[in-house]
Amino acid sequence: LFSRPKATSFDAIILPHLDAAYNLARWLVQDGAMADDVIQDAMVRAITYFSSFRGDNARAWLMRIVRNAAYTTLANRRQGAVLVESQTELDSDRALAVADPADDPEAALARCEDKALLTRALATLPIELRECLILREIEELSYKEIAHITNVPIGTVMSRLWRARRDLMAWSTEVPAHG
Amino acid sequence: MDDDRCGEMHLLIQADVDGELTPSEAARAAEHVRTCPDCAALQTSMLHLSERLKQDVTKYQASPALRAALQARIAREQRPHVERTWSWRRLFGLFAIPSATFGGGFAIAAALALFMLVPRGALPDAIVAAHVRALQPGHLMDVVSTDQHTVKPWFDGRLPFAPPVKDLANIGFPLTGGRLDYIPGHTAATLIYNRRQHIIDLFTWPSGSEGDLPPSAGSRDGYNYLRWEQNGMSFWVVSDLDASELSAFVQEWRSR
Repeated sequence: LFSRPKATSFDAIILPHLDAAYNLARWLVQDGAMADDVIQDAMVRAITYFSSFRGDNARAWLMRIVRNAAYTTLANRRQGAVLVESQTELDSDRALAVADPADDPEAALARCEDKALLTRALATLPIELRECLILREIEELSYKEIAHITNVPIGTVMSRLWRARRDLMAWSTEVPAHG
Repeated sequence: MDDDRCGEMHLLIQADVDGELTPSEAARAAEHVRTCPDCAALQTSMLHLSERLKQDVTKYQASPALRAALQARIAREQRPHVERTWSWRRLFGLFAIPSATFGGGFAIAAALALFMLVPRGALPDAIVAAHVRALQPGHLMDVVSTDQHTVKPWFDGRLPFAPPVKDLANIGFPLTGGRLDYIPGHTAATLIYNRRQHIIDLFTWPSGSEGDLPPSAGSRDGYNYLRWEQNGMSFWVVSDLDASELSAFVQEWRSR
């Protein structure tokens, strides 16, 4: 009763990656409550499969499980194509953004709008492009790790990243500059 | 930057921005960027985009409530000899197939599965127990056939999924039949194979994930088992056969 080596190691090895896992889930399903469900499902799977974890890369291991759980949830709810965007969130992002001291108020406002637009552009990317970009740019994972998590060859990761970036770069030149 | 040569360079420049290149590859990318204004511009806007994404994209965090719920769940898993979490989905999964259809034996099996509340970590125990239970006289098979085209359709309508059925007679593992098993949390299609006088049970059910899992082996009470995941299905194979022969069986099954 007093020695709980396995569960303790689950705490110590897996829980540090909870925020990264949550961020991925949240960006995949694009809804806070659904992301919570995905993480709950994924953690149950992670606990079940933990004995088969060979201890090389806990973050990639967990994120692969989370990614699979997110796809299952999306397939079940058939909301893969629906963009769930909460206006209150965009508003709160705006409220929380702290202006750079060097910015004048007008520039600060433009920056907040840019940020909301960038978030929106990322949210409208196809899911397989979006996940690659989130894993690379936000979680700063390697091509090899992304290939493992998304279960595709490294070459596919590279071409998806390229397509995602090309779309976002094209998008940012289409949007009229703030004046 | 749209000519063919530069088309190839895009991925190289991207990999450079991502820090994925070896020094010699990075030198090649740098050399090209130095002489090609379009690719230089591409590199600049990729770096700019990268910076903006890191700076401006919301990095969501698990809420304190979610974190607490997960910690409570893990703590529950830590406690030995206590009933484990049974989600409603799992219970519905069992009820989804009316146990009455399968006669008394399965009703009892289903009832045991419901009320014994076997801990999650005890799946190997449950699998071996199902194997041993099936070895009792008259319990081995529901459909007796050495023909995979008889065995496979037999599962239709009895299960919410179509299990893969393969005959390995040509390498000395003839298929002899099939049955249904209730493993706590799962309704399994079980295929029965023979190897000399040994009986091999192969349990399968949908894994709920697309990823494959390589085989891992273990033993309980003198029975060897291997488990793996492939094409969205979980597989458990159990037998009193020695581990190397059982693993040859698994290897052959996986490669077909």
